[in-house]
Formats: sequence, C-alpha cells, structure tokens
Amino acid sequence: MAHKFEIENLNAWFGARQVLKNISMKIEENAVTAIIGPSGCGKTTFIRCLNRMHEITPGASVSGKVLFNGLNIYGNGVDPVMIRRKIGMVFQKPNPFPMMSIYDNVLAGLKLNGVKDKKILDVVAKQSLELANLWDEVKDDLNKSGASLSGGQQQRLCIARALAVNPEVLLMDEPCSALDPIATAKIETLIRKLAENYTVVIVTHNMQQAARVSDYIAFLYLGELIEYGQTKQIFENPKHELTERYLTGEFG
Amino acid sequence: MKNSRKISPFLSRLSIKPVSHLKWKIRGDDIFKLVGALFASSILLLIGLMIYELTKGSRLSIQTFGFGFLLGTKWDPAISRVFGALPLILGTVVTSAIALLIGVPLSLGIGLALSEYMPKKFGFAISFLVELLAAIPSVIYGLWGIFVLIPFLSDHVYLHLQKLFGFIPIFSGPIYGGGVLTGGIVLAIMIVPTVSSVMRDLFLAVPKSQREAIIALGATKWETAKTVISYARSGVICAVILGLGRAFGETMAVTMVIGNKFQVWPSSLFDAWYTMSAIIANELLEATYDLYVSALMNVALVLLFVTLVINILSRLIVWRTLKLVRGIAKE
Amino acid sequence: MRKMDYYRFRLIKDYAARFIVYLSLTVALIPLFSILYEVVQKGISTINIDFFVNPTPTVGEKGGGAANAIQGTLITIGLASLIGIPIGLMSGVFLSEYSEHKLSVIVRFFNDVLSGIPSIVIGVFAYALIVRSIGFSVIAAAFALAIIMIPTVTRTTEEALKLVPLSLREAAIALGVPRWKTILTIVLRGAKKAVITGILLSIAKISGESAPVLVTMGYWRWWFAGLNRPAANLALNVFVFAVSPFENWIALAWGSALVLILLVLGINIAVKIFTRERY
Repeated sequence: MAHKFEIENLNAWFGARQVLKNISMKIEENAVTAIIGPSGCGKTTFIRCLNRMHEITPGASVSGKVLFNGLNIYGNGVDPVMIRRKIGMVFQKPNPFPMMSIYDNVLAGLKLNGVKDKKILDVVAKQSLELANLWDEVKDDLNKSGASLSGGQQQRLCIARALAVNPEVLLMDEPCSALDPIATAKIETLIRKLAENYTVVIVTHNMQQAARVSDYIAFLYLGELIEYGQTKQIFENPKHELTERYLTGEFG
Repeated sequence: MKNSRKISPFLSRLSIKPVSHLKWKIRGDDIFKLVGALFASSILLLIGLMIYELTKGSRLSIQTFGFGFLLGTKWDPAISRVFGALPLILGTVVTSAIALLIGVPLSLGIGLALSEYMPKKFGFAISFLVELLAAIPSVIYGLWGIFVLIPFLSDHVYLHLQKLFGFIPIFSGPIYGGGVLTGGIVLAIMIVPTVSSVMRDLFLAVPKSQREAIIALGATKWETAKTVISYARSGVICAVILGLGRAFGETMAVTMVIGNKFQVWPSSLFDAWYTMSAIIANELLEATYDLYVSALMNVALVLLFVTLVINILSRLIVWRTLKLVRGIAKE
Repeated sequence: MRKMDYYRFRLIKDYAARFIVYLSLTVALIPLFSILYEVVQKGISTINIDFFVNPTPTVGEKGGGAANAIQGTLITIGLASLIGIPIGLMSGVFLSEYSEHKLSVIVRFFNDVLSGIPSIVIGVFAYALIVRSIGFSVIAAAFALAIIMIPTVTRTTEEALKLVPLSLREAAIALGVPRWKTILTIVLRGAKKAVITGILLSIAKISGESAPVLVTMGYWRWWFAGLNRPAANLALNVFVFAVSPFENWIALAWGSALVLILLVLGINIAVKIFTRERY
C-alpha cells in the first residue's frame, strides 16, 4: 500500500515551548493509524500538524516536512485552506453548528466552498449521512437543529460533515472521549468501515480502543515518537521498553 | 489517486480543487484583515479630525482672546464683541457638582439595594426600570423638567427650603422654579441610572469570601455593605468620574431648566445660570459673524478637552484597579 | 452591659441604613414613573389622525401635526444607520477577530473615549466639517448621529462575536473554509442575536438625540426637501415646541414626546425580551 503521509523531522512549538521533537514516520493509505501516549505527549498537536491547524493558534510554529501524496504541505506557496479540504478533522467534543439544521450542518463545508446545485447537495447530504451511519436515525428530521441530537449522534453528524467535502484523510482527535460506551461502539464500527475508502488517523488515550480499531499504532511520549508498527506487533511484542510500560498501564 | 468511493461521481466534478493546485497564496484573508483594519482606524481618524476641526474653528477666538478666554467674564456678541467663558465653565462645574452631591449617594443606595438588600427577582425588575430611565432622551427630561418638575419644586420644595435656610445667601433670592439647583437636580436624575448600574455591578463582583469573612465576625447587613463599598473603593471613584463626565456633557435637559442667563455667579441657588453646552446649543445658530462662531467653537473645544481628560483619567484608574484585582485574585 | 448597648446601637444603624437605601431607591424611581405618566397623560390627547397626517403648524396656525417630523426623523436616522452600522460592524469584527493586534488595543481604547464625548461636541464637529460647506442638512445631522452610533455598535459587535466558542470556528476551518469566510458566515451567524440587539439599541439612542440635530439642521417646518437641506426632527421639535409660548405647539411637544418615548422604550423593552429568550 502507498504511503499517504511521509512525515520527516517534524517539530512543533507553542511559543518557545517545544511540543513535538523530530518526528519521522509514514502513514499508510486506507488504514487506521492510532496515535497513543500519555496526556500531554503531543498527540493532538501531532495530528493538528497534519492538516495545518496547529499554526492557527497564536504563537504556534512548525518545522520539518509533511509529505501528503508526495507533496510537502508546508512547502512554499501551499494554501492551508486547500489542504484542509483534502484532510478532514473531527474534534474531541462534537461541535455541530447550533444555529443550523442537520441538513445544513452536513453541507456546511460544501456550501461554503461554493456548491449551490440543490440536486447535488441533496445527494451528498444523504450519502454523507449514510457513510456516517446516521441517515436512518435522522432522515425524517433533517430540519431539526444540529444541536438537538444526542452526543453520539452529534459526533456522527460532524463525521458526516467532514466527509461531505470528500476528503482523502480523516483526522480524529479522541472522537469518543465525550461519549457513552454504546455511542463509542457505534463510532468504532464506523471507523473500521471508513477505513475501506479513507485514511484514518485517530488520537486516543484508550488503549483498548486502539487495539480494536487500528491497523497501525504510533506511540508518542513527551513529544517524541517512541515506536511505530502494526497494531498486532505493538501489543504482542513491543520493541521499546517505554511502550511496554505504557501498555501495561504503568503510566498514562 | 482517488479510488472508487461510495460518494457519488457527481462530487469528482465539483469545483473542489485537486491536490496539484495546492500552491496558492492566501489572498482573501489578507484583504479581509485590511478592510477591517481600515474601518477600525476610521474611529481614530474621526477623533483626530474632531480635535483638528474644533481647534481650527477656534483659532480666531484663540488669536483674539488667548488663554484669557477661559478667565473672561464678558459675553457680548452684540456691541463690544467680547467673549469669555469663565461663567460658563463655573456654571458647568457647579451644576455637575450639585448633580454629583445628589446623585452619588442615591446611586450608592441603589447599587447597594440591588446587590445586598433586594432578593434576586425584585432586583432584576428594578434594574430593568433603572435602565429604562437611562434610555429616556434628554429633551424629554427637559420637557418634564419645565412643566412638571419646576412647578413642583417652586411650590412645594423651594419655598420651604427658603423658609428654613433663607438666612444662608445661596438659599435667598427670588424663586421662579428653574435655575441652578433645578439644573443640578435634573442632571442628578439623569446620571443616577448609569452610575448606579456601574456600582451595582461593582458590588455584585465583590467575592463571596469577603462578605462571608465579615459576616462570620458577626456584622450587621449595613456593616457588610460598608465593607463591600470599601473593597470596591476605586471602582466607586471611577463610577463617580463617569457620572461627572455625563453631567458635564448634558445639553438639552439642562438648557431647558437652567434659565440660560450669562452671569459670573448666580445670586442664589434659585437664580438662572448658563453652561458650556447650553450656550453652544442656544447660540450657534444665531452666530452671524466669524468671531462669534469661533468663540462658540472655542467653548466646544474646552468641553471636548475636559471630557477627554476625565475619560482618559477614569480609564487609567480602571486599568489600575483591574491589575490590582487580578493580582489579588491570583493569590 | 456596655456591650448590649453598643450592639443595639449597631442595630439601629442597620435599620436606619436599610431605610435610607430603600428610600433612595424609591426617590430615584419616582421621576421615571412621573415622566412616563405625564408624557402619556399630556401626550395622548394630541395623538390623533391629524398628528400623523399634518405637518407642523406655523406661528398662529391652529392644530397641526408631526407628520413631517416623523418623516424627517426616519430619513435622518436611516441615513445615519447606513453610515454608522457598517463601520461599527466591521470595526467590531476586526476588534474581535484580531483582538491582540496593536491596532485593536488602540482602537478599543479610543472607541470608549469616543462614546464619552458629549453629543453637542460631535454636533459642532459635524457643523465645522459639513455645515460650513454643504449647509444645514440631513447629511450633516446623519453624519453626527452616525458618529454617535459607531462606538455602541462596535463594542456590542465585538462582545457578541467574542462569545462565539472557538470550537465552532475550528470546525469551519477544519472543513477548509478560509478564515474570512468563517467569520462572515459561521461566526456572524452565531452571534446574530447579540449583534442585532446592539444595532437596535444604538438606533434607539440616536432617535432621541436633539443637541447634535439642533446645530446641524436647526428647526424645519416643512416636508423632506432633499438630503442637502434640513428636515424636521421629532426630538428637536420637542425642544422647540416646549420652550415656545403657543398652546398648540406645547401640546405637539407632548405628543411628539409620547411617540419618541414609545419608540425608544419600545425598542429597549423588545430587546430585553428578545435576549431573555435565550435562557
């Protein structure tokens, strides 16, 4: 399989404080890669570097290369706005637009990118919601406010919204941490399904979730990449002592 | 690059640019920021232009009278064409002082009532009513002042005041209902809403821990209130300065009740007088020659200058207070 | 024994204080009720069809109405809003979205300073700038009123936008929407209610302003005659009629005051209800 991302010597700072140290790794296409590690190790910062969201925080900076489909997204003249259309993101706390209906929420990204044809919009809305396993639950209530859904449904709505702009990658920052176990299970099923057509990178602090959902795992500690490999190998035979200690719950 | 996806083939024809067009410069954001900055700067431009125009307009008057304008006591547009603003400045200061003397205690009382004494529900209703007072236009205060307040004061209040205190010069003299005291009273009523809401917010912001500390020592409600005021001391001063600024600039209501008589000093509290803003309102349209207009613009310049100083001073105190409060909060 | 006496003394002080506090509350509210009562009572008799149909009467003419004043006021406020609202909105957006920028800090400070400048001074400024070239006109008055509007609209817009949570902005940005579009669509839409509230309140404020109108337009007896001429104004008429010696003029003053109060208080109360709905 091709490498969707090739990350070379990625460093990231908040002001003078360095949060990511010289990370180099490759991310496989059409697979789920989980980023794990104790709190504060830089997991969220890492994926936010993949869609150039890190830099919108005042004082934040980045160095190194991130090759996406072979092109350095931090190269000269590259427009971050375009990047974000190809690399979607879902956040920890579901954030549907409360003043819009479910229908408008799904299509928000599309409409803001200039798509106006009602027929296309209707089709995309339905397909995105189906992809996100939400269609059956909301198909009769598309005009209800986006905020009127349950937590798990809101998160699936956000996933549908991200998918509607037809990205190639879906970045997920602890998408289930604010949800109950049943909603979590639904999203995990969804993630496995999405991996057939999208590259998914998911940050999680839950090791069992990483084991259930991912094909590859990257373990970060204090801003450094400690180990990367196939999920099965990492859990059964971790190469690094720190990895083993984290997996056995010694810290985190 | 894109293998078969479940999303309809429609989407591949959409205008979302493919990866190869990633090399674009950010344009929209820069333009937006520039436009916003331009609009925001217009506020600075307006103030600058205001100072410039008023100074330019006052130039003739400044050239003719110099700083003596501020001390001059004659205002004679008809014959000698001499203008002096001292009586106006005094009139403004005295009426504002009266307004503060009456208004600040009232505002303190209301602020305390709303924060310490009244139950929440009533508090909202009363605050709402007080805010309505703030929304009433100045002319309507003036209208009410002429036809309701003045008759009331002259018949029911001033007569008695004179009976009781007539031996003091400021309370002697003919009563016609309007004049300095009336002007001060109307101003007081007008500044109470603003000043009292600021005080209410200040008192409400005093941390619970402070109140609880003194209540635990066995304090009465009044003693607790005194502590609250003391804690919010600099904010209270700020609110007073705010009220002063408003009183200084009030025009219509004052001019409708104060009598508009140009004199260095009134014979009593019941005598008519004049303020800076009142004379501008009354005479700018009648000013037929350049020096006259310039003198009035000079008055406006003085008024602008004084208000700016008051404003900036109070903001500095606020800034200082905030630093202090934040410092205490950090501990 | 001494302790008990002193305690009773404190209690007396407490009761006295409570009494004075409630007294001051009452005293402060009396003018409100008095004004409302008088304006309604004296103004209601003047409000009839004539009031809304006839222009203001000349000296000695009987009856008359405030129709031209209502027309003139609407036009002047409309023009002022056209100038003031866009400037205030855009400035508020800039102050909120580029909040730490040096320009923002400076503008925020001077915006508050501008809001404290007496309206008569702003009127004189408009007089110096516009009346001296174009003459007494609706344009001059609208200009002055716009300046009075701008600080309020700017401040309320900034505060309204700042309330929109970061998560909404990030959601839009993550969808590949450029920042400026995010602000104009998502953020503004999220703060719609508060922004409109600020605009309505500033309109209410300038409807009642008469000092700047006086020195930029003066009294106008006729119908609207062009933007470069003066127009009749409701608030100014209250002043002119109130100090006049004519009975019917004074009656018109009360009538105009009633319309003005209904408009201004109406907007204020509507806004209060409007914003309470959120809870």
